[in-house]
Amino acid sequence: MAERIAEHPILGVQEKGELVTFTFDGKEIKGYEGEPIAAALKAAEVMVHRYTQKEHKPRGIFCAIGRCTDCVMIVDGVPNVRTCITPLKAGMVVQTQYGVSGKPFEEQ
Amino acid sequence: MKRFDLIIVGAGPSGLSAAIEAAKRGLKVVVFDENEKPGGQLFKQIHKFFGSKEHRAKVRGFVIGQQLLDEAADVGVSVVLNATVIGLYQDKEIVVKKGDEITHYKADAVIIATGAAENMVTFPGWTLPGVIGAGAAQTMMNLHGVLPGKKVLMLGSGNVGLVVSFQLLQCGCEVVALVDAAPRVGGYGVHASKVARTGVPFYLSHTIVKADGDKCVTGVTIAEIDDKFKFIPGTEKHFDVDTICLAVGLSPMSQLLKMAGAKMEDNPKRGGQVPICDEYGRTSIPGVFVAGDVSGIEEASSAMIEGRMAGVVAAEYLGYIDEEARDAELVDMDKALDGLRQGMFAPKNRGKAIEKTEEGIDISMNLLKKGYIADDEIERYPGVTHKKGVHPVIECTQNIPCNPCQDACPKKCISIGSNITSLPIVTEEGDCINCGMCVASCSGQAIFLVDEDCGDGTATVTLPYEFLPLPESGTKGIALGRNGQAVCKAEVVSVKSAKAFDKTHLLTMRVPKEYAMTARFFKVEK
Repeated sequence: MAERIAEHPILGVQEKGELVTFTFDGKEIKGYEGEPIAAALKAAEVMVHRYTQKEHKPRGIFCAIGRCTDCVMIVDGVPNVRTCITPLKAGMVVQTQYGVSGKPFEEQ
Repeated sequence: MKRFDLIIVGAGPSGLSAAIEAAKRGLKVVVFDENEKPGGQLFKQIHKFFGSKEHRAKVRGFVIGQQLLDEAADVGVSVVLNATVIGLYQDKEIVVKKGDEITHYKADAVIIATGAAENMVTFPGWTLPGVIGAGAAQTMMNLHGVLPGKKVLMLGSGNVGLVVSFQLLQCGCEVVALVDAAPRVGGYGVHASKVARTGVPFYLSHTIVKADGDKCVTGVTIAEIDDKFKFIPGTEKHFDVDTICLAVGLSPMSQLLKMAGAKMEDNPKRGGQVPICDEYGRTSIPGVFVAGDVSGIEEASSAMIEGRMAGVVAAEYLGYIDEEARDAELVDMDKALDGLRQGMFAPKNRGKAIEKTEEGIDISMNLLKKGYIADDEIERYPGVTHKKGVHPVIECTQNIPCNPCQDACPKKCISIGSNITSLPIVTEEGDCINCGMCVASCSGQAIFLVDEDCGDGTATVTLPYEFLPLPESGTKGIALGRNGQAVCKAEVVSVKSAKAFDKTHLLTMRVPKEYAMTARFFKVEK
């Protein structure tokens, strides 16, 4: 987890929930329970959360406070979940969203 | 339908402050907030706040956030989280969405304290993953402990752009450039200086031409613009970055007020569509009040006072206190708010190019164009004096409402006087004891303790240091100038930490004495 801040000069060592496993497009990833799904993905260097319906353009975290909807993904089968404000739970199934589907466009 | 005396929308600095004042006076209050945690953006603010004691100056934002939450809990304010207010209707009926459930509430008074949302700019590639808002960067690093990126370009030189750039540096990111289309730095000079002295170049009158990348940002091109905001060909510069951070202003989130039929106006000085209201947040609808950024973009300190005012005014509106009691309460709040609205950056001066300080001293043009004060400009400010032995050098050159430094010095070496925006001066009679309290108390990190001549051809410079790892004494490195360029070799004499310094460490470095007035940052030699 190269992108985590181990110790912050002002905030010190931040308290985190339990380290849990979830899957991203079938791959097992670890993150801390209760942190936003997007934070766990970011720490695992996942940048693309979805591809747009019409132009198939990639989107990732943009506002990180649940406002812009750029970071929506399919979580446990439900599309359009705002990953930046949805707390991570053990065993979550997170998928890249293509339009509103979990299947890449060529398979739709 | 559940009823309350007062419903407050938004549990940020202004909403919580309003709730505290109203609950203290006996009102039955509920606060709805769409977020998982209360506090609005306060918990992302890790810098020391400006102002004076009454504004909780030199206290870090997230600490103020915790104080507010404690105070709210003490007076029994109930905050409902994950609750998005989606409608404000006639007779103060409020519709709240929580999960998949929608509930109606009714109140006799409503305070809208919804704050603001970030503005964006568009350019080719702006939708790529890796282009983020400055607020997103703060959320990721300061709330969730995740690096927003490794190499970052910041667009926007207002206080948000400057403060977030510094925060990125603090968590170990490289900030390759700070860019703004405006010809002058928009935020406080002291915020710009603390970024510039670490070596971040400023590009004013520049903006982004395009972001590169296929699946995410891999680079960015900027170029200079003319006074008509057109790119000047041949001035393009390219940076390899993985993140582009946008800090291009805020807009009030005033939709609920518009929906309720409050009289609105488009006021660029307040940041966009705002309700027309009086100084205590009374809108055109009786019993509907506003507080904080929703009625005009300012900052958290003034939002908290506005919130308190709205809470008091709402208490009187509902008859919990009489007019006399209300007015007595408002006197001190008026004074506190007025204090924050003084100086060069006051709302009334927005958009004005100010060339001289209140004292009649020329503002540093380098500060406005490059983010740092040039060596030949620094001597003209009253905080910059020369003395034998260790003495403070205060590089505070703009009139901003802030005065913790004058209270910090136990020897009365520093004076601002009764006018909170005056530039600090170093007094003749004070005898500096090298305690460092002034260095740590300066929210702008603009005070240095300098011994210009230690007698052996060297000088020592003590500077505020908020980075990790802390260098140990004896560490050899390079002293950087105000412009972030190397000026000479330097060795760390000591790094002092104390509870009273509140995480601002005091790094003392030894440099050849001719660099006493130019060496302002320490970089470890790699």
